[in-house]
Amino acid sequence: MIEKTLKGKPAYWIWLAFLGMFMAIGAACYVRQYNFGLGMTGMSRDVSWGLYISQFTFLVGVAAGGVMLVLPYYIHNYKEFGRITILGEFLAIGAIVMCLLFIMADLGQPMRALNVVLHPSPNSMLFYDAIVLNGYLFLNVLCGWVILTAEKKQVKPPKWIYFFVYLSIPFAVSIHTVTAMLYCGLPGRHFWLSAIIAPRFLASAFAAGPALIIIACLVLKRVANFDAGRKAMNKLVTIIIYAGLLNMFFVGLEFFVGYYSNIPGHMHALEYLFFGLEHHGHMYNNLVPFMWAFVILAFGSLALLACPIVKKDDFYLGLGCAGLFIAFWLDKGIGFVLAGFVPTPLHEIVEYVPTANEIGITIGVWAAGFFVVTVLYKIAIGVEHEVEG
Amino acid sequence: MDKQRRKFLKIAGASVVAGIGAPAIIKLSSSPAFASGHAAPAADHSPAADVHGGHADAHGAHAEEAPTGVRLGMVIDMRKMADNPGLLDNAISACIDAHNLPQFPDSKNAIKWIWKTPFENVFTDHSAYHASKKTAHIDFPALCNHCDDPPCCRACPTQATFKVVSTGIVAMDFHRCIGCRFCMAACPYGARSFNWQDPRPYIKKYNKNFPTRMKGVVEKCNFCGERLALGQEPACVEACKGTGAITFGNLNDAKSEVRAVLDKEFTIQRKPTLGTKPSVFYIV
Repeated sequence: MIEKTLKGKPAYWIWLAFLGMFMAIGAACYVRQYNFGLGMTGMSRDVSWGLYISQFTFLVGVAAGGVMLVLPYYIHNYKEFGRITILGEFLAIGAIVMCLLFIMADLGQPMRALNVVLHPSPNSMLFYDAIVLNGYLFLNVLCGWVILTAEKKQVKPPKWIYFFVYLSIPFAVSIHTVTAMLYCGLPGRHFWLSAIIAPRFLASAFAAGPALIIIACLVLKRVANFDAGRKAMNKLVTIIIYAGLLNMFFVGLEFFVGYYSNIPGHMHALEYLFFGLEHHGHMYNNLVPFMWAFVILAFGSLALLACPIVKKDDFYLGLGCAGLFIAFWLDKGIGFVLAGFVPTPLHEIVEYVPTANEIGITIGVWAAGFFVVTVLYKIAIGVEHEVEG
Repeated sequence: MDKQRRKFLKIAGASVVAGIGAPAIIKLSSSPAFASGHAAPAADHSPAADVHGGHADAHGAHAEEAPTGVRLGMVIDMRKMADNPGLLDNAISACIDAHNLPQFPDSKNAIKWIWKTPFENVFTDHSAYHASKKTAHIDFPALCNHCDDPPCCRACPTQATFKVVSTGIVAMDFHRCIGCRFCMAACPYGARSFNWQDPRPYIKKYNKNFPTRMKGVVEKCNFCGERLALGQEPACVEACKGTGAITFGNLNDAKSEVRAVLDKEFTIQRKPTLGTKPSVFYIV
């Protein structure tokens, strides 16, 4: 099936070359960082995680979001998702690849990464994260490939694969739960020390992941003559709206707990994110515009997605999904990780601004992920066309 | 067809089980050898060996609070610090010299093992409202608390930071650290520093008795494990000798000097509510 990636219209090659260019820039930036050290980034002693780990956190959600197709199709036998479930699985592969690349980019000593395997530490959440992320990657590669091969041969998928398909469902939940546990089990970081982090992560994941799949379907409809079907899209929109509203509800609960209890530690990070935090006469409010953009975009997109026009018009559907995806990226891919470091354990405030080199690597990793997803989608759509044609 | 598949599955299943099981068996049977094997390379540099050597089985050990074991700790008497201006600076520079701490011009790269900062920053959950003039005007030392239940060791995915069983010191293996900085996020005291770049050009006075670090690893106060092994006091304690500003010793030994001070004076710890059981006490 791999041969399908080698034949394509010029637009396909131009798109891959475009992504390849950013991947090359990212690689060059990474070589610089590798040689100099992570001092090439905007991270500091006080804000010790930055763009890489926040992108990682968000993309784990995108990967987990694929389960919103797998679950209705395989558990509830919702046939409409039959054509696009493979897209969910392949998107998960691309997202996990990005996650692993971001982790590698963030390590101070990347050559020692295997120490996590050589010295297994069951008390560390990072140990479990490595297991479930790689496990989920493996499951999606296996299920996606076996089921697509069966489709190509126009036979039923082998029965044993269903064991792995069903296994991938709890794995999808586990990757984001364990990723939340990286944060919510740390004493002294009040913003992260909240039992609702894992549910909140899952809710935003189940909105952002499917939103990206809808955007992908709309693109494929235009460039690859692939129609996912209106009914499937509309069902996905329903899932997205509920998951998105849940995420906003959970954010609201954080506000209630912080402000009603009036405990300073529980308010500081929220104050910093949404209103700016004053400290020794200086106002720290780097992230305020991002967070209000998140709130406005999220509610605006959810309202748009609830409008009847979205059920008919691809443009509004795409707009709503893109808006929501960006909104939740701002929330989880920017705000959540950075705000956890404010204030520092010694109650100082240090703000973080990524460097150009760091942004170059970040864009490079995103490009690599889209490259993987493009190639995988090319195979999936190619098989689908072959079977139909 | 079906038969073949069943055969394949049998073989595949058996090899997966073998593949998963084998390392675990090897690991179990060879764990002491594994541990000593790890300590051996550290013996190349003698100071590093002092940090880890002798406690070869320390890796991965997360001892419960054991009042019978050794738990090194210190009491810092801020009254003495206030009476002897410059004392804290001496202690800090003794630490810098002893451990080859680089001096970066910017705070972004700062490597700090023991440093000074106002009361409200050290004791963030104590009120500084109408604090005494003395408290408001003197700087307090901040350093690793060598917690009895250290969250950093819990977070580390490679056991590169661990509690030394024989001393209670929370130590670092600079050669194992992968630089994920999970420990920095986990430490509620901001005691950990990361080498964002090669620190060696920024070392002012090179001390050949302690290893320098490379870029990309985390480091922090080690209670001078390397000096203790030679029968010396920690550098900061030695710098304050004769003043009684810092008392160092085994918190679990009822006859120790540090316990005599703790029995006599009212002391406070940093963020005791977090359950980390800090081993550094302050007399304010």
